[in-house]
Amino acid sequence: MTVVNGSQSLAMYRSMLRIRLFEEQVNELYTSAKMPGLAHLYIGEEGVAVGVCSALRDDDYITSTHRGHGHCLAKGASVDRMFAELLGKEAGYCRGKGGSMHIADQEKGNLGANAIVAGSVGIATGAALSAKKRGTDQVAACFFGEGALGQGIVYECMNMAALWKLPVVYVCENNMYNEYTHYLETTAGDIALRAPAFGIPFHEADGQDVRSVYESARAAVERARSGEGPSFLLYRTYRQHGHHVGDVDRAYYRSKDEEKSWKDRDPLKILAQSMLAEGAADAVTFDRLEEEVRTEILEGVRFALEAPYPGPEEVLMHVYSS
Amino acid sequence: MSRLARHEPAVAERRLSMAEAVREALAQEMRRDDRVFVMGEDVAEAGTPFKVLSGLVQEFGPERVMDTPISEPGFTGIGLGAALTGMRPVVDIMFGDFLFLALDQIANQAAKVHYMSGGKLKAPIVIRTTMGATRRSAAQHSQSLHALVSHIPGLKVALPSTPYDAKGLMKTAIRDDNPVVIFEDKMMYTVKGPVPEDDYTIPFGQADVKRSGEDITLVATSSMVYVALAAADLLAKEGISAEVIDPRTTVPLDVETLVGSAMKTGHAIVIDEGYQSYGVTAEIASVISDGAFYQLDAPVKRMGAMDVPIPFSPALEDLTVPTAEKVAELAVKLCRKGS
Repeated sequence: MTVVNGSQSLAMYRSMLRIRLFEEQVNELYTSAKMPGLAHLYIGEEGVAVGVCSALRDDDYITSTHRGHGHCLAKGASVDRMFAELLGKEAGYCRGKGGSMHIADQEKGNLGANAIVAGSVGIATGAALSAKKRGTDQVAACFFGEGALGQGIVYECMNMAALWKLPVVYVCENNMYNEYTHYLETTAGDIALRAPAFGIPFHEADGQDVRSVYESARAAVERARSGEGPSFLLYRTYRQHGHHVGDVDRAYYRSKDEEKSWKDRDPLKILAQSMLAEGAADAVTFDRLEEEVRTEILEGVRFALEAPYPGPEEVLMHVYSS
Repeated sequence: MSRLARHEPAVAERRLSMAEAVREALAQEMRRDDRVFVMGEDVAEAGTPFKVLSGLVQEFGPERVMDTPISEPGFTGIGLGAALTGMRPVVDIMFGDFLFLALDQIANQAAKVHYMSGGKLKAPIVIRTTMGATRRSAAQHSQSLHALVSHIPGLKVALPSTPYDAKGLMKTAIRDDNPVVIFEDKMMYTVKGPVPEDDYTIPFGQADVKRSGEDITLVATSSMVYVALAAADLLAKEGISAEVIDPRTTVPLDVETLVGSAMKTGHAIVIDEGYQSYGVTAEIASVISDGAFYQLDAPVKRMGAMDVPIPFSPALEDLTVPTAEKVAELAVKLCRKGS
């Protein structure tokens, strides 16, 4: 049974496609040496960001990770200012001073991507505390990878969130690799038992199926919004690319067969096939959508490439708020 | 400590301890602004081990004076998240030594979020913590780690040396839109001094000249202000007139007052309870040397805590911090060299 209707499904597809095409452009910018630094691609994991953010309101909060473009876009960021940030341009979300790993978009409730694994778990939990104190019914969703399960702050914050019944949803994206190491080498016991040890409800779902992500996230968000406290969601997913754009030779830590089997379970493919089968959309709809989104992405890239760098005076700005 | 009275405003007649002054600042700010709240270990009914916060929970309730688990990284991060979303938390880190536990949240997150977001996110969080040795608390409860946070751009750092300053600096910290770390010397909580009941703030980056003098400048922070003042008394008997200056904040630093004084006296010693090497004394000495080089008659000297883990035994611990006698001895040597 699905409660997600056709137009919602199409909106989720569009949102995932936007991330996919954005990320493909990022890879292109990197390989053509137009982008400084690095980027950690989210391709293959789009179902999690889109499913969860579709369950959130505009004024709800998220915190994100080094692999954060998907969360940012799914929460409503615009493509042109994101590309501009990735290229270090003044028109970027952070005036070029944050880059790929630190995009924050306060207007959409995005409190920032974070380059410290688990570094934003406190921030998300604190945003939830703040919502409770201010008497709003806002919810905070905290995205992190399974690698963050190695950091103590996750458990400290879960403990306090449970004690104080905070409206926070912990979203663990298990893409199976802590950088270049399989999570089974780093993660003892059962992930499913961690949250219940704090009295936090745990729910696991298929991260490749955006609609099942949405359903589980919606339940957790509703629970948080109604004052019943935190939840922990675990989504099985897969990073189709390497740890970062430069990680192309991956045979030493995972097989081509494994990569192929997960590409077959691509979240866009899964949703498109279901929608076609359900008669919720036809091939023409998908083609039109792709053209629209591709145009948006290409215009965004063009905008960013042409945008000026920040002037030298910018380097000293915003160290302190005055 | 009565000799400090002459430096305080004449209107001040009430006398409060440093602990009472901090508490009054917090209570007044919490009455003024609903967004202000306190969180940390044993801050509510216990009022902290030093009883600094006693009574606050009775007035403001456990929602605004929140006891936390023993989770410094966790509750510092939670404080930061609250600060980014419209609250003004005062996070209590019981011993300065525990800053090391929370440093990612302080130095990687709070300090950088405004800059990294291109000025969009603001982190008005105050981190209250302690410093100071000679309490026989050994190496993990005695350090003065203000240099550590002073090193990180994006943080402001205050060190009150009097009850008057403790109240005024705390109020300024709470109203500041940036993360501020305040260090209170736990040996000074019972020190009394004049504190007006009214609302006043002390601007950051404004040093306080505690005693005027002509021959040597003694720059001192926190409890070392008293060491410097006692040294100045000893020096007066030797016919040496010492000027004692308390920067009150290490970030921002009142370079103008420090350099101006050294240009006038031609000699300077910087006294601070942090470890001497790579410390606050090094930075301030360098700033003075830079700014007053051609007026100096001798190299600027540093007196910090000895570069050792702070020992437990009183016989050893007392050797690790500067004393008035040692400061005076060095000052005499410096001043007599040229003459």
